[in-house]
Amino acid sequence: MKDTDIKRLLYVHLLCIFSIILSIFIPSFFLENFSVLETHLTWLCICSVSVTAVNLVLYLVVKPNASSKRSSLSYKVTRFLKCCIYFLMSCFAFHVIFVLYGAPLIELALETFLLAVTLSTFTTVPCLCLLGPNVKAWLRVFSRNGVTSIWENSLQITTVSSFLGTWLGAFPIPLDWGRPWQVLVVAHQLLSCGLQTLSCGLHVRPSSLTRDGTQAPCIGSAESYLLRHQGSPSSFLFSVNS
Amino acid sequence: MRLGSGTFAACCVVIEVLGVALFLRGFFPAPVCSFSGTEHQTESPAPEPSAGAISNWTKLPPPLFSKVVIMLIDALRDDFVFGSKGVKFMPYTTYLVEKGSSHSFVAEAKPPTVTMPRIKALMTGSLPGFIDVVRNLNSPTLLEDNVITRAKAAGKRIIFYGDETWVKLFPKHFVEYDGTTSFFVSDYTEVDDNVTRHLDKVLKRRDWDVLILHYLGLDHIGHISGPNSPLIGRKLSEMDSVLMKIHTSLLSEERETLLPNLLVLCGDHGMSEAGGHGASSVEEVNTAMILISSAFERKPGDVRRPKYIQQTDLAATLSIGLGLPIPKSSVGNLIFPVIEGKPMREQLRFLHLNTVQLSKLLQENVPSYKKEPGFEQFKVSERLHGNWVRLYLEENSSEVLSNLGSKVRRQYLDALRALSLSLSRQAAQYDVYSMAVGTVLVLEVLALLLLSGPRALSGKAELDVPLPSPAFSLLCYLLPLGLVALHVTVCTSAGGTCYLCSLPWLTAGGVMVLISTLLCAVLSALTGMFAGGKRLSKNPPQCNSRWSELDLLILLGTVGHTLSLGASSFIEEEPQTWYFLVNTLCLALCHEIYRNCFLGDDCAPQSCPHAGEDFDGVAAAPQGKSPGPDVWELDRASRHPSPLGALRGPERWMVLASPWLILTCCRLLRSLNQTGVQWAHRPDLGHWLTSSDHKAELSVLAAVSLIMIFVLVQKRCSLASKVAMAFGLLGIYCYRVAIGNLLFPWQQNNKDISKGITEARFVYVFVLGILFTGTKGLLKSQITADDFTVKTVGLWEIYSGLVLLAALLLRPHNLPVLALSLVIQTIMTQFVWRPLRHDAAEVTVMHYWFGQAFFYFQGNSNNIATVDISAGFVGLDAYVEIPAMLLTTFATYTGPVLWASHLVNFLTSEASRPAPETQASGTLCLCTKLTSTSVDGAKVANCHLLRLRELSPRWLSLWKGPQSVSSECVKSQHKEVSVLSSPPSLSGQEGSGVSRLPAEHRRPDAPGEGSRARAEARHPLGLSLGCPLLGVGGKALGREEAMLRGPALQGSPAGWTGSQVGPKAWA
Repeated sequence: MKDTDIKRLLYVHLLCIFSIILSIFIPSFFLENFSVLETHLTWLCICSVSVTAVNLVLYLVVKPNASSKRSSLSYKVTRFLKCCIYFLMSCFAFHVIFVLYGAPLIELALETFLLAVTLSTFTTVPCLCLLGPNVKAWLRVFSRNGVTSIWENSLQITTVSSFLGTWLGAFPIPLDWGRPWQVLVVAHQLLSCGLQTLSCGLHVRPSSLTRDGTQAPCIGSAESYLLRHQGSPSSFLFSVNS
Repeated sequence: MRLGSGTFAACCVVIEVLGVALFLRGFFPAPVCSFSGTEHQTESPAPEPSAGAISNWTKLPPPLFSKVVIMLIDALRDDFVFGSKGVKFMPYTTYLVEKGSSHSFVAEAKPPTVTMPRIKALMTGSLPGFIDVVRNLNSPTLLEDNVITRAKAAGKRIIFYGDETWVKLFPKHFVEYDGTTSFFVSDYTEVDDNVTRHLDKVLKRRDWDVLILHYLGLDHIGHISGPNSPLIGRKLSEMDSVLMKIHTSLLSEERETLLPNLLVLCGDHGMSEAGGHGASSVEEVNTAMILISSAFERKPGDVRRPKYIQQTDLAATLSIGLGLPIPKSSVGNLIFPVIEGKPMREQLRFLHLNTVQLSKLLQENVPSYKKEPGFEQFKVSERLHGNWVRLYLEENSSEVLSNLGSKVRRQYLDALRALSLSLSRQAAQYDVYSMAVGTVLVLEVLALLLLSGPRALSGKAELDVPLPSPAFSLLCYLLPLGLVALHVTVCTSAGGTCYLCSLPWLTAGGVMVLISTLLCAVLSALTGMFAGGKRLSKNPPQCNSRWSELDLLILLGTVGHTLSLGASSFIEEEPQTWYFLVNTLCLALCHEIYRNCFLGDDCAPQSCPHAGEDFDGVAAAPQGKSPGPDVWELDRASRHPSPLGALRGPERWMVLASPWLILTCCRLLRSLNQTGVQWAHRPDLGHWLTSSDHKAELSVLAAVSLIMIFVLVQKRCSLASKVAMAFGLLGIYCYRVAIGNLLFPWQQNNKDISKGITEARFVYVFVLGILFTGTKGLLKSQITADDFTVKTVGLWEIYSGLVLLAALLLRPHNLPVLALSLVIQTIMTQFVWRPLRHDAAEVTVMHYWFGQAFFYFQGNSNNIATVDISAGFVGLDAYVEIPAMLLTTFATYTGPVLWASHLVNFLTSEASRPAPETQASGTLCLCTKLTSTSVDGAKVANCHLLRLRELSPRWLSLWKGPQSVSSECVKSQHKEVSVLSSPPSLSGQEGSGVSRLPAEHRRPDAPGEGSRARAEARHPLGLSLGCPLLGVGGKALGREEAMLRGPALQGSPAGWTGSQVGPKAWA
């Protein structure tokens, strides 16, 4: 049981990383002038779409929380709708948080929102897949010692590291190097970082496989744009929910 | 040997101060100056060298120009004249530069690019360093040898109009003067009209020799709206017409006199892209300088590009031009094109005078001057010159003479360049040995504190200083000997440039002994630590598990901020760091609140929160599967049965909403004032509000803020203070209306503007009244010793007095900052700190963070240019130094000061209510870690300083305040401010140590034995956590310290001091 879980987890992470890497390279065959730095908006869209797709497919195929409960069609539909609403809410909540962190309110609103969407796909979508629209469970997973399985553990680690990556992505902004990627922060660099972490995690502690590669890049023009969010997603979801 | 921790801490601080002083002595290069005093009249000028033959020319050469007009335009950047702006807005000047009889230069100013040092540089030719600025704060008069003094001594009549800094620098030098003040930065027309209005009269008169005009308007425009403002163009055109007026008048006058006149147009410093100045960016350093005189004829087609020169070159040139001796400490070269048209003999004579002066300066400053290349070249050219003079006197053929003469001239110019170079290198030399010794001392003390801290903190407040064991005692004898030997070696090889070597050897030996003793103490403490370490290491996991995410964030944030200070960009953009940290703090609080609220009530020991969820297969019955990890969480929940669970209804909603309210407030404030460097020029609400079109909006906003302030402050005051507060706030509004910032609804725009002295003094009366009642209450509670309500009310009244004063001093568009800070304080107290039962340490750090953030919300930055000096004039007729200084300081540090006093209030009121058991040991663990990491941070900063010394001007020009220094510290509040010299004022405002609110901020003795013990346990923690980065040592350490970002360097030991003195004080 545990071994198969670990194996599946490994494949899941590999696939996720692979999808992110592919989202960097594949579009350049179809789209003209595609580059991560210059057309970052397109890239963000593609990246989030692909990550969402991979997550959904994996959820359907792997079914980590094999629910044995009866499930009628209407129940499934309501659950799906609930998930969509949660996802949208998380996007807006992230957007609000970015603005609170200093992103401009009106100009660059599209960039900010896209970043919010990307971050949501990296954090909320796996949560929704794994835990369902169940906020209490989310809170439990993201509080100390609340993890009960490897899947939740990996979920915790990936989500928190996504937040941390976005949070850390603001650090180069005040530096006066004048590089373009200071604005669009180092997606590929963090990706490689994630790969390393993955391999380390594989060797050292099989139960803590990570996929830090999904660091959300920081987009938007450089202005006083300190976009990050730490803490658990549950906090704002609760604020909306309760 | 046992030592009380107070004594121990005091010793450490003393040694620390010593080390820092030593380091600074080495860090600040001694300025290059002439030591031979000012009795220059007696000295005869250097005679013309003549090999054998007797030259009859021993006097100074006659002046080149009969009249000199210096037109100094503040912040005249080079591209304002030579760039596209100059072509567009200064047509006459451009014509002169391109075709007229003029020489144009780009004069490079040395940092600090602030007016007063720049004026000194222009007039003395020396390089005023930072230390010089500090040294001369108390005596504004320029005592060095300078052109103005020389000219006055030579009987020249000097007239001055413009910035009154000149009048302060050169008192009684001008036969006529009119100083304009540079304090009112918002005024950029009047200040120049006051200069120009004298022009017509003066230009008609013939009874002066030197006319100096200093125009401030351009600089003011830069400060207000930056170098790209449309106002700049208008100002430049105005300056162009003034220049034309002066030039035509001089030309018409020249026909009657024999000698030509000289008109100098120059800037004192440039203007950065943000509009300020003070640092060393290219825009700030490059200034325009144009010398215009009919003597500088040029043939048609002679294109002269602006050459690069040093600003200091002007002093030597002016002296030569006026026929005066060159100022002794001038390091400048004569600007050669000025004398190009003169006969060869005079040219050589001038060059000779300049080289003689420079080589004298070199002799006085460099012991090994004979080896300097410049000096050798000087000797060679002097000899050649002598030969040339002999030939000249023997009247050889002119062909030979001119050839030889040009050779000598070239030789002279080379020598001048080399001499200047070695002199400026001398000015930039650091005394590495002293710096190293100072650093070693500081590091040793830090290590000692770090090692012995935990023991000193523990209950007995005593420290066991281990008597040296035999091995160590041997080491103790050997080390000083070795160090003294090292000292002798270094001193004999390095020559006399070391400060430490110039000390008497007994003192130096004492320093060496001190170093070795400290080293021994550190070593013995280290061994003691290792011996005791094994016992302690048995249960560290328990200690770790008590860390909540909030503690982690607080720790990481503090450490990260300290580390970020290593990069200059992060210093410039420090506001962003603080906003970032505060936002993150709010989100972390939010997380904690929601977890407490929603998980807290469900987590009763046996009930499983997730059992009810039907589709959550894995999560079902987690307790059964893995009971281990949840134990602590549950344990905690059962021990503190959900602090938020008890809250119901609106209060619960408020608690839930509070982080978001605070975040929104912060976001609003952030868009009020843009600070930092990169984004300072972006439009913000503050600019929108202050523009004259939006007076009505500003009035409404100010009124609303004042009402909010009243509502929030009054609830805990006594009745008298309430009334006083209301009148005071009303007075503030009246004051702002009187000076024309705001409007009354019933009168529109037509009121004449006064200085509002009466209104402001009216408010001061109420401020003093409230402060007085507060102090009275405190004293009363001190005597009766057990009345808590009196004490808290007293403290709160002092706090509200400060709020009132802040409301008076802050500009009207900053009133929302004050109001929202009160809102945030109230929300935090009511809905976050109390319900969540944060301990004193966490609350202290949060206060510190918010205080810092509010410092920047006010629109301050780490640049000295953003200090709002107008606060120093509220209610004062004229500039009175001490009150103006105090008021400016207070207005600048309103945020940190108010948060610090709120902290005092909060802690006091918390002490009086029944508090739950504090997790003393957990906090102790946290604070020990925190302090130690911040000590590490200080070390890094310290080492960084060494490497960054090349960048020192930049470091220093970024003025960093006391980091709200000890204001956070509960025990005492020393404010150390180092306003080096405020750029617009340029008169060198000095900050001073203001020691306020001393003992009454100590925590009151808690009633009963149990709570006293608790107070003892809690209080030092709050102190030591609050202090680490705060730099209590400010008072003793002097202002250089703060300039060097002292807090980071100095904070930690001081933090320890606080914590170590703590237990004693309350025991």
